[in-house]
Amino acid sequence: MTDQRHHFRQPLQRSPFHPRIEAANVLNAWAPWAGYTTALNFGDVAMEHSAIRSTASVYDVSPMIKYAIEGPDAVAYLDRLTLRRVAGMPVGGVQYTAWCNDAGHVLDDGTLFRFDETRFRLCCQERHLPWLLDSAIGFDVTIRDVTEEVAGLSLQGPTSFAVLKAAGAAELADLKPFRMAEVRLGPVGPVTVSRTGFTADLGYELWVAPERALDLWDHLMISGRLHGIRPVGTEALNIARIEAGFITANADFVCAEHALRPDRARQPDEIGLDWMVDLDKGPFNGRAAIRAARRDRTLKWALVGLDIEGNISAEGSIVYLGGRKEVGQITAAVWSPTTKRNIALAQLLRPWHRDAGDKLRVEIYALRELQYHKLMLPARVVKRPFFNPPRRRATPPAMF
Amino acid sequence: MPTPSFDTIIIGAGLNGLACAGRLAQGGAKVLVLEAADQPGGGALTAEFAPGYRVDRLAHLVTHLDGRMLSALKPEAHGLNWAVKSMPTTVLSAEGRHLTLTGAYGASAPGLDPREARRWADLRARLLRHAEVLRPLREITPPLPGKGGAKGNVVALGKAGLALRRLGREEMQEFLRMILINVHDVTEESLTDDRLRGLLAFDATLGAFLGPRSPNSLFLLWHRLSGDAGHIRWPSGGMGALAAAVTRAVEATGAEIRCKARVERLLTDGDRITGVRLEGGEEITVSRVISTINPRTTLLDLLGAREIDTGLVRRVSNIRMRGTTAKLHLALREAPEFLGADLRHRLVIAPSSEAVELAFNAVKYGEFSAEPVMEIMSPSAHEAGFAPEGHHVLSIVAQYVPFVRRGGWDAGARDGLKAAIMARLEAHAPGIGALVTASELLATPDIADRHGLVGGSWHQGDLAVEQMLFMRPAIGIARYATPVPGLWLAGAGSHPGGGISGAAGWNAANEILGAA
Ligand SMILES: Cc1cc2nc3c(=O)[nH]c(=O)nc-3n(C[C@H](O)[C@H](O)[C@H](O)COP(=O)(O)OP(=O)(O)OC[C@H]3O[C@@H](n4cnc5c(N)ncnc54)[C@H](O)[C@@H]3O)c2cc1C
Repeated sequence: MTDQRHHFRQPLQRSPFHPRIEAANVLNAWAPWAGYTTALNFGDVAMEHSAIRSTASVYDVSPMIKYAIEGPDAVAYLDRLTLRRVAGMPVGGVQYTAWCNDAGHVLDDGTLFRFDETRFRLCCQERHLPWLLDSAIGFDVTIRDVTEEVAGLSLQGPTSFAVLKAAGAAELADLKPFRMAEVRLGPVGPVTVSRTGFTADLGYELWVAPERALDLWDHLMISGRLHGIRPVGTEALNIARIEAGFITANADFVCAEHALRPDRARQPDEIGLDWMVDLDKGPFNGRAAIRAARRDRTLKWALVGLDIEGNISAEGSIVYLGGRKEVGQITAAVWSPTTKRNIALAQLLRPWHRDAGDKLRVEIYALRELQYHKLMLPARVVKRPFFNPPRRRATPPAMF
Repeated sequence: MPTPSFDTIIIGAGLNGLACAGRLAQGGAKVLVLEAADQPGGGALTAEFAPGYRVDRLAHLVTHLDGRMLSALKPEAHGLNWAVKSMPTTVLSAEGRHLTLTGAYGASAPGLDPREARRWADLRARLLRHAEVLRPLREITPPLPGKGGAKGNVVALGKAGLALRRLGREEMQEFLRMILINVHDVTEESLTDDRLRGLLAFDATLGAFLGPRSPNSLFLLWHRLSGDAGHIRWPSGGMGALAAAVTRAVEATGAEIRCKARVERLLTDGDRITGVRLEGGEEITVSRVISTINPRTTLLDLLGAREIDTGLVRRVSNIRMRGTTAKLHLALREAPEFLGADLRHRLVIAPSSEAVELAFNAVKYGEFSAEPVMEIMSPSAHEAGFAPEGHHVLSIVAQYVPFVRRGGWDAGARDGLKAAIMARLEAHAPGIGALVTASELLATPDIADRHGLVGGSWHQGDLAVEQMLFMRPAIGIARYATPVPGLWLAGAGSHPGGGISGAAGWNAANEILGAA
């Protein structure tokens, strides 16, 4: 093991895929993510987004924080920790979930993988070990940060199944969304494949031991050559995830543990996660507070999708009611190449998420050759996801 | 499952459980008190420790008994007699230069030289005035900061405010200056007599993990004085007789007390309290349970961490409970001779404030004091029935003794502790060792084991400024209610803290009746 005291010499860690990513990162577009250096793009964001929606893309998700949660009480523990019911989750299932503090404020969201009766993995944006450990008091369960023990590669796009088939995993034809399976991929060996992703498209996430990461990368690239596979960076993925209507911690909501201002923390209902909350499953962190907020109608915010006139991205804009009254702000926005609409995620004060009709206006400062033009563009609350193709769910997936 | 003929179960028949039961029953509740031991009383308990020798096993003096409980339940009408209503204190000197204080916390101290006597009169008056500000707070549910006057508390808060204003501007400044100060500094700036300073240092740190130089140690002295204005009482028949009289008074209200009934589990339907399960398996259905035992035991062991949110689990796990007190009971074949001191007084060995601080040092490092400080009380000097004719018993509260000792608490460690206490006694009562015919030592962990005082903590959670009022036992559960509907806390771990008092139980009952 390298001397831990020298960690400061390399402030950002390198993912197991780094050698390949570095070679492909022709513009040296790097950004930190959870302590790792990661690629923002590989030279052409439009082509990368197009790969996600038209062919196949690979995106390195190794920096995701991963916790192994194991033990006889793992189910009971997770039921107390998270918002959704875990007891009914099948072995081999995957659940998108979130968890709260005592005040019912969301600490993070993430995906929960069930390997067998007693073994789970929780993947998320932020580090939570102290909270997870303190939540384990009274449960027979062990919790370990395994972030560095698992490399992850997200394979997304209409031809992603074709790529996997070519790679030797034809049996994944039967894998349904939010399920996972173990397959052997030729030169790579065992790979855990889950039909999950952050794009609302057909897609998979592949999990391997770090030593196998480069073999996995190479094998996919070779197998996918005829299926239009290409590596994508965070910028392209971000467009796809906004189209999918997914929220990101510390972008669309502030994790309660990071929130400095008392009014920044959000309950699940305030960030569109109300559907997750299972008030009938028994005690879980935040239940009483969530119940009370619903009963006393103290919820202040709502997270919505907006369809905005024009084609100028509304990132960071303030949302007005009838041009004067501030009723919220945009947390993510993009001109969506897939839907050809100007879309955004926004936090709106209640009840304007419901009652604003056609009165919402978004204030956009459009930079045109060194001059800002202030625009007040009409916006409508619309359903998320903005893009939701049937191929996302089709089992077996179509061969494109 | 028996049909529920009770609407309220109280866990623990210590003074808090009893007070709570009496108040609730008078308020119309149908109360069942479940007590693990074979008699009620909790820390108020008189027991035989050697054939023919009896002593107050845990608490041995009364300084805080709740006045509301006394006047509403009238234990005096049920057999409570005071053998002593204002016990003098004698600070022992190894040279026989004892100092005796009589009346309410040394209203008179004839042994002081005239100038020191004047200084003491000034300081004493000031301490009592300051304690008076705090007294109304003992009787209310802790107000939440920023929430204004909660119902019912406005009056008591107003009283505290009034008492504060009545101090006048200068005195109020003095009060605020002294709030967080330590008792050593206060006595150093006000007094010169080491005996007196030693006594104040001892009283301020009794039952605490504090030395006289620890910040906010003065607060505990105020706390002591805000009880019975500094009077020390002792019930005829000992603390067990006090418990028995209060028990009869509580039973007269209609509440039922069941002994040898240890609650082992709180039952819920995942939402609210539905009952309790006793050791042995019996389940009793009830929708309201009030626990007067340790708050951590209640929430993490009886209820289970699974039923409450992680933030609260964290806070409850972090409540500091660090007992520092041991008890030694001695059977003596004749009256010990403390160089002329009156055996009927509370006898204190704390030769100076520095001596108390030095004794405290050890416990910081997981050791017991080589020269412990202590409080001695002899029931047999007051009444027959505690020792055979002509014989005597001593009840000694000794500090500082750690709950977790470096090297563990084996027989050798206990012998060492006993020897250390005996050496101090021998220095103040030469020849006392030869009179001992039997003894019982309760080191801090023994007290924890036998009496369910987690960490051996006198107050079921250190009484310190950061664990007081709305922070006692922890933020979020300071107003006696817990997040689990139907479950309440009302023991020494809750505001206003421990001692043979009943105040927490009474306050909780008031809160419950208000909420009902
Ligand atoms: C060494 C020592 C000396 C002390 N000396 C004094 C003193 O001189 N004067 C003074 O005022 N205070 C003194 N105290 C403090 C005092 O004893 C306590 O603060 C006081 O007893 C607290 O009262 P309570 O009713 O809250 O709890 P307790 O008196 O502890 O009563 C709790 C009761 O609950 C019962 N119980 C516990 N678990 C269960 C269960 N699971 N099911 C059912 N019943 C249960 C116990 O048996 C006990 O009877 C002393 C403390 C110590 C440690």
